[in-house]
Amino acid sequence: MRILFIFCLCGSFFSAQAAKLNYNLKPVQIALDTYILLGKSEDFTLKNGGNVVNTAFVVTKSGVLVLDTGSSLRYGQAMREMIKKVTNRPIIRVINTHHHPDHFLGNGAFEDIDIFALPDTIKGIKQEGEGFTDNMYRLVGDWMRGTEPVLPTKALSEKDFSLGQHDFSVYALQGHTEKDLALFDKTTGVLFVGDLVFYQRALTTPHADIKGWLKSLEFLKTLPFKVMVLGHGELLSDKRGIEQTESYLRWLEKTLEDSAQKGLAMGEVMQIEIPENLRQIALIKKEFQRSVVHLYPRLEQEVLQFSHEK
Amino acid sequence: MYYLRILVLWGGLISFAYATPPVDPLKSVQWETMYSLFLQKHPVQFDKTIQVFSPQDAEDSLQVPVIVDARSLVDKGVEEILVFADFNPLPKILSFYPKKSQPFIAFRVKIQQATPIRAAVRTKEGWHVNGVWVDAAGGGCTLPSLSQANASWEDHLNEVSAGIWKRETEQRLRFQIIHPMDTGLATGIPVFHLEQIQLWGKENTLLAEIHPQEPVSENPIFTLNIPLSSTQLAITGIDNNGNDFAVELKP
Repeated sequence: MRILFIFCLCGSFFSAQAAKLNYNLKPVQIALDTYILLGKSEDFTLKNGGNVVNTAFVVTKSGVLVLDTGSSLRYGQAMREMIKKVTNRPIIRVINTHHHPDHFLGNGAFEDIDIFALPDTIKGIKQEGEGFTDNMYRLVGDWMRGTEPVLPTKALSEKDFSLGQHDFSVYALQGHTEKDLALFDKTTGVLFVGDLVFYQRALTTPHADIKGWLKSLEFLKTLPFKVMVLGHGELLSDKRGIEQTESYLRWLEKTLEDSAQKGLAMGEVMQIEIPENLRQIALIKKEFQRSVVHLYPRLEQEVLQFSHEK
Repeated sequence: MYYLRILVLWGGLISFAYATPPVDPLKSVQWETMYSLFLQKHPVQFDKTIQVFSPQDAEDSLQVPVIVDARSLVDKGVEEILVFADFNPLPKILSFYPKKSQPFIAFRVKIQQATPIRAAVRTKEGWHVNGVWVDAAGGGCTLPSLSQANASWEDHLNEVSAGIWKRETEQRLRFQIIHPMDTGLATGIPVFHLEQIQLWGKENTLLAEIHPQEPVSENPIFTLNIPLSSTQLAITGIDNNGNDFAVELKP
C-alpha cells in the first residue's frame, strides 16, 4: 500500500494574467475510465482562481458521470471542454458531494444535464449559495465572472445505481456538512469521499459536527476501496487520510472542550499550539483558527452558568 | 533674518496647534484621523509590549475576537484601555477602565472591512498604542443583528450569564449579556447598544468598568482577570435606551 504520487503542473509557466485566467485543467487517469482534476493545496486566492478542489469524471459506456463542478462557472466550462477532449460520449449525470462553493459553483456549465445531490445538500445550496458566491467573488475576483449558484435538479437517495458497466453505491454520511455524499465505484474500487477525508491539507469546519464526522469515518474504514479520491489533496490507496482526519478531529474536539472548561477567551484558544504530529499539515494554523470561530461559541456558552437577577 | 523669524514663528504655531502623531507602524491612511479623534490630548507612543491579538483573517465579520493584554504596563498604572478600528464606520469599539482588575480584556467585535484594530492604553505618561491588521469579508457593521430576525430577544434583554475560574494569581471572569448591540447603520433599525457595564466586588468596590460602543458584537462576551480576593461579585449596566440591569453572580 502506498500513496500514488501525482504532480500537478497546472499554470506553472504562465502567470494567471498572461494565460487570461485559464485554469489549465489536466485530467489524470487513476483507474479504468476514471479521471480526476487535481486542485492545489492552497486557500482560495486571486492567483489560483479557486482551483483548490479535486473534481472527477467517469467515462462509462452509457455516458459520462461528473463528480463536483469546481469553484466557478469558468471552472465548470473548462471541465466540460476538457472532458470533450477525452471522450465524445455525452455527459449524462452530474453529482455534487456537498454544499460548499468549490464543489458546486461550476454547476452553471452543466445546466442542460441532470444535476444530483442529497436533499440536505440542495437545501444548503438554496440557503447559503448566494452568500458563498458573493464571498468567492471577493476572494478570487474576475475568475468568478458570470457565476451564479445553480441548484441541483434531482434529489439523490442512498441507493445503488449502474451506469455502463460501472456499479456505484451512494452513501449519505455527515459531519463535514449536514449531509456529505460518498460515492463508491464497486467496479474499479475507487471511493470518492468528498470532504469527509482530508490528508496533508487542514480540514474545514464551517458546518461541521465533529461527532457525526467521526462516525462517518468509522463507516468509510469498512469499505474495500483500492483508491480514495479526496475533495482536496492527493490520492490515497490506504487509510492514512482517514486516520489523519480522525486524529485531528479528536484533538480539535478535546482542545475546544478543555479550553471552555478552563475559561479561555476565543482569541486565547486560537493561539494554542498545534501538536507536533499534525503541524506539517498545510494551512493547519489558519484552519484551526477558523474552526475555533465555528465551534467554540456553543461550548463556551455551556460553561457560563452563573446568573441571578438581583 | 526677518524670513527666519517668520519661519520660526510659523513653525511654532503649527506644532502648537497640531502635535504631529508618531509614524504609524501599521501604515494606515486613517491613522492621523484616529489620532485627532481619540488621542491628541495626551502624548502618544507606540508600544510593542502591549499584546493585541486578533486573527489575520476574520472568519465571521460579526464576531471577530480581540484580546488586549497591557499587563506589561501595570507598573505605570493603567487608567484606560481604548480600543478602536480605523476603517469601521464607527471606529470606537470600547473603553475599558481596569480599576482593580488586570489591564486585560477579551471580547468580540463587528468589523466592516479590512482594518487595523488598535488598543490605546492610557497611563500617567500618556497613550501607549499597539494594534494589528485584520482582513474581513465585511458587512459586519451595516448588517442587522441576528436577534432582529427573531423577536424573542426582548424577553431576555440584559440577561447575564457568567463563569468564574480561580487561578494562581487571579480569577478569570467571563460573562455574556444578551443584547442586540445594533449599530444604527442597518436600514430601519435604530442604534441600540450597551453603554456602561460595571463590575462590583465586596462592599461595593468597583472592580472594573466597560463602556462599549456599537461595534461590540451582539450578545457580547467579556473576559477579564480580577483579583483573587474578590468576592460577592455583581454586574450592573445600562444601554442607550435606559434599560438597566443589576445581577449578583452566584453559582
